[in-house]
Parts: sequence; C-alpha cells; structure tokens
Amino acid sequence: MKITLNGELLDLTSHALLEILKEYGAIAPYAVAVNGVFIPKSQHNGFVINEGDSIELLSPIQGG
Amino acid sequence: MQVKDTLNIYGEAINSRLLIGTALYPSPDIMTQSIEASGAGVVTVSLRRQQSAEAGDDFWQLIKNTGLKILPNTAGCHSVKEAVTLAQMCREVFATDWIKLELIGDDYNLQPDPFALLEATEILINDGFKVLPYCTDDLVLCQRLNDLGCEVLMPWGAPIGTGKGLLNSYNLKTIRERLPNTTLIVDAGLGLPSHACQALELGYDAVLLNSAIAGAGCPITMSRAFKAAVEAGRFAYNAKAMPEKDLAAPSTPTMGMPFWHQQ
Repeated sequence: MKITLNGELLDLTSHALLEILKEYGAIAPYAVAVNGVFIPKSQHNGFVINEGDSIELLSPIQGG
Repeated sequence: MQVKDTLNIYGEAINSRLLIGTALYPSPDIMTQSIEASGAGVVTVSLRRQQSAEAGDDFWQLIKNTGLKILPNTAGCHSVKEAVTLAQMCREVFATDWIKLELIGDDYNLQPDPFALLEATEILINDGFKVLPYCTDDLVLCQRLNDLGCEVLMPWGAPIGTGKGLLNSYNLKTIRERLPNTTLIVDAGLGLPSHACQALELGYDAVLLNSAIAGAGCPITMSRAFKAAVEAGRFAYNAKAMPEKDLAAPSTPTMGMPFWHQQ
C-alpha cells in the first residue's frame, strides 16, 4: 500500500495508523491528520489507513 | 485600595503585557534567557512536520520548563480548512484551547485574509476554542470578530517581521475607542521598544512580538528594553497624558520675571 507521510512516499504493508506511526519512528508529543482531517489521539487505535492516504505528523516547533 | 492592573486573556490574569515568540533566536539558550528577561507571561509556539523527533522534543521541553502560558499559532495557513485542522492539532498537543489564528491572504506582505479569518473564527469558536485572531487594523473586521465572540483581538502594527512600528496609529486608536471592553494586543511589525510603548500609550492591553527581540544584536538586552517599554507605556496610559496643544505655553512661572525682560 502506497501512502504519503509528511510528504514522503512510503510503501507499507500495515493499514493500522498506530503501527504506521510506530514504524515511522514517531515520538510524542505529536498530532495526526489524515487527508487534511485531524484525527484525535483517542481514535488512533483502530484507525485504518487506505491506499493513497496522506498522513501529517506534526510536533512542536518555534513560533512567533 | 489599588486595583491590580493585569492583562486579561479570556478571563485569565497575566502578569505581563508582553507576549513573546520563540522563533529566530541565535540559539536555544539565548531564546530561554530572552524569554526570562522579557518577563513575558505567554509564549507562542507552532506545529510542523516531525523531522528530528529529538530536536523537537528538546525545544518543547525548554518551553515547558519556562512554566509560561502557551499560545499556539496557525502560522503559514492559507485556507480555512488548513487553519481549523492545525488549530485542532495544536489543542491536542499543547493542551490549550487558546489559538492564535493566523490566516494569510497575501504572501507579499503576509496580510491576514479578513474573510477567511471570520469564517475560521466562527468554526473554531463553535468548536470551543478561545480564538486570538491576528488581523489587520480594520475597525469593521475587528467589530465582526468581536461579534463572533472573540474577547481578544490582535491587529497588526505593520507586516510581520518588518520592524516598522505602528503604521496606522489612527486606525489602532479608533479600534481602541470603539471596542473599549475587548482585550487588544498589537501583534507583529514592531521593531523598537518605543513602538511597544506607543501601543500601550494608545490603550492597547499588550503587544506580541518575536523578530524585534530575536533579530536584535543582543536579544537578551532587547528583551529587557521591551519589558521596560511596555511597563512605561502602561503607566503612561493609566496616568492620562496631558492634552496636546498647537501653541507653546511656558512651564516656568512668568510672575516675577527678572529685570532684564522689562521694557
């Protein structure tokens, strides 16, 4: 299954969001959006990622 | 009895009238020292794609260690959907319902899009956010944002990062006069402590700035200067300035002038 994560094209076998994040090496704190829609942490477990989906994994950074 | 003169952001009393950004500092150490020297009660942060998890976590740890209130922003967003999604992500990561809503309409001067700003504000307020919109110094836009439920408005002094100061103090003054009960913060465009002082003299409740401190030759010293300027401006506002006059009026008594002035 081909998806993009933070703009990077990935070819994965798992469809589970939590597994994909783990495989990618995501480290808390972070928030996730799939196809431009925010996915609250409470919904990560069991959330299914489909072919062509785009995941955004965001973490704190400096801001003005 | 003297009433404590504190900044009010959505019912929370903040002990400083300076809100400070966390970007563009020469080093993390200078950032933390500058924040401390500024006396700020609120720091602004953002979210971006996780690149180096370690570096991001280090930054976040430094900010958490300050113990200050966190104000996340939606910097860089150009559409209502982007801004709303980013705001929701910020709320989860930073555990706050405050959001500095930035929605850029033009990349040339990073001017906020007033129409999209209103739309996003309405969505976010209905979703339980406490919105602090970064907006232009347009009175009617400010009134509409206020009507939607914004208790805090943040009109620009000048475009972000320009350091030009208050380009239209007439507009800012009018907004202050027309919205006397709204917390008003000049956000963006300040370069000098005197600009911040002027904003506070106009009756603005606070200023939010980043580049003016982070981009200074010595950010820590500039932080101290802004802290003093904001305090001076607020004292001046509370003291009520003398009326401006067109004609000179001597301050030294004219009674009993010495002989050499007599004909």
